Amino acid sequence: MTTTFADQPLEEQIAQWRAYLRRRRAVHSPDVEELEGHLRDQLTALTASGLAADEAFLVAVKRMGNLDALSREFARAHSERLWKQLVVAPDVDAPASTSRTELLVVLSLAVAAGLAVKLPTLFGHHLNPDEDVNAFYIRNASLFAFPLLAIYFMWKRGLSAVSGLWLGLPFAAAAVFANVFPFHNRERLDNFPQGSDTQLLTVLHLPIALWLMAVGVAYVGGRWFASGRRMDFVRFSGELFIYYVLIALGGGVVTGFTVMLFSAIDTKAGWFIGGWLIPCGAAGAVIVGSWLVEAKQSVIENMAPVLTRLFTPLFTILLLGFLATMAWTGSPINVEREMLIGFDLLLAVVVGLVLYAASARDPQARPDFFDGLQLLLVVSALVVDVVALAAIAARISEFGFTPNRVAALGENLILLINLLWTAWLYASFLRRRGSFADLEKWQIGYLPVYAMWAALVVVVFPPLFGYR
Amino acid sequence: MDMSKDLVAASATPLVLAILAEGDSYGYAIIKRVAELSGGHLQWTDGMLYPVLHRLERQGYVVAKWSASENGRRRKYYRITREGRAQLAAQREQWKAVDGTLRGIWMQACTV
Repeated sequence: MTTTFADQPLEEQIAQWRAYLRRRRAVHSPDVEELEGHLRDQLTALTASGLAADEAFLVAVKRMGNLDALSREFARAHSERLWKQLVVAPDVDAPASTSRTELLVVLSLAVAAGLAVKLPTLFGHHLNPDEDVNAFYIRNASLFAFPLLAIYFMWKRGLSAVSGLWLGLPFAAAAVFANVFPFHNRERLDNFPQGSDTQLLTVLHLPIALWLMAVGVAYVGGRWFASGRRMDFVRFSGELFIYYVLIALGGGVVTGFTVMLFSAIDTKAGWFIGGWLIPCGAAGAVIVGSWLVEAKQSVIENMAPVLTRLFTPLFTILLLGFLATMAWTGSPINVEREMLIGFDLLLAVVVGLVLYAASARDPQARPDFFDGLQLLLVVSALVVDVVALAAIAARISEFGFTPNRVAALGENLILLINLLWTAWLYASFLRRRGSFADLEKWQIGYLPVYAMWAALVVVVFPPLFGYR
Repeated sequence: MDMSKDLVAASATPLVLAILAEGDSYGYAIIKRVAELSGGHLQWTDGMLYPVLHRLERQGYVVAKWSASENGRRRKYYRITREGRAQLAAQREQWKAVDGTLRGIWMQACTV
């Protein structure tokens, strides 16, 4: 008996069969090896009895049985295999040492992120749960975990130290712009009316700019403008968001039990919870969450597109219902001071729904009902926003141009342009005049606009508005 | 003879355990032994034996071990455990009861 068959086509057929079996989730690679051994024994016996190689292969495969039914039986015998694939067996083909190294790297980076949060304590910036929130921490929030996340991706993608230095630039710039400006009352964030609006804008926009410009670049392996991997980064961001929310929920449970247990023995744990558990955990969770997303991307269905499917119809109904009610009752939009921000968020949600629907769609597929629904969603969001903008524009001179309002207006404009062109592309796609790939390209190509705008708000707005 | 699927499935456990009680074996050899014992009447789909073996391994009736085979490839050998033998004895009693009952009624049918 021989290990391999001299017959080359037969070996190729076996390899094909093996590859086909490998794709079954319930059949792990030792099982494939066991089944292949059986197939080879059978082939040896059949060829020895005088069958030609290809005939023997047909008979042996036929006797092995239908692979669908077989993998169903495997799934029944090992039902856990359809579930527990994430951390236990991230990749059956990868050598165990790689995943162990990765786990080590991830844990070290997560701990480093947690410690980074405590680093400013050495320079007198304390996180004291009994006092007001320290504005220093909030301005610099993205600078604790994001650089370490960038390091993780540099390690994972095998980036050179030179590109690492380039990646350090945006972080250095962010650290400068977050801290050099003499914001009015820079140590406080929450005491309106003295609190600085431009400082609040920095707090909101710096993470967006850094996420897209620095973490994104590290994620795609240092080639932001050249590569087609931006959509992967979009998918990653959505999944990370979902994982982060899940981890945060778990963290909330841990916090609750910490409070309960220590108050049961009359020990105050507030300093630990507010000063260590929550801030360090929040920073470390960014790294751990990213690792989970990376580890499971090929294993479990992405959640963000599923949520998109669920919520696109709901948002469409909401917007149409709103428009219908407004038309029916004739009541105008009651323009409040900060109404614009609410409409910005609405547009951002709609853009997100479009983006994540696009991220999961096969660009070659023909238009279907869901595409029509997306177009309806985009158009109704546009109508709602235009109505709101008209109402706000009529009174904007009355309110005056504060930094908040200029930022909100700018964002509204950016999202409006995106959605207008999206609607146009969707319409031509539905009429079979264009392809879905155009729409995807447009959404992906638009990402740097958000990054630029966020960076602009951080860099230009504070001096422009006198650090108000 | 086409045997019903349920009957094949039900007889798989005692048959595999009984073959392993004769001595350690591996998948392909077990299939061959089944064909030999049944005179070709009991045709299993080869692949389906493996989920059965894995289930028995999980229930603790057999243990598996990878070792080298005579052709140089790794092969997974199965050995029956003490629990496996107890299970085999229990199943044997059950099958005997079924067999005895059926035999009784069929003998009657013949004599009437």
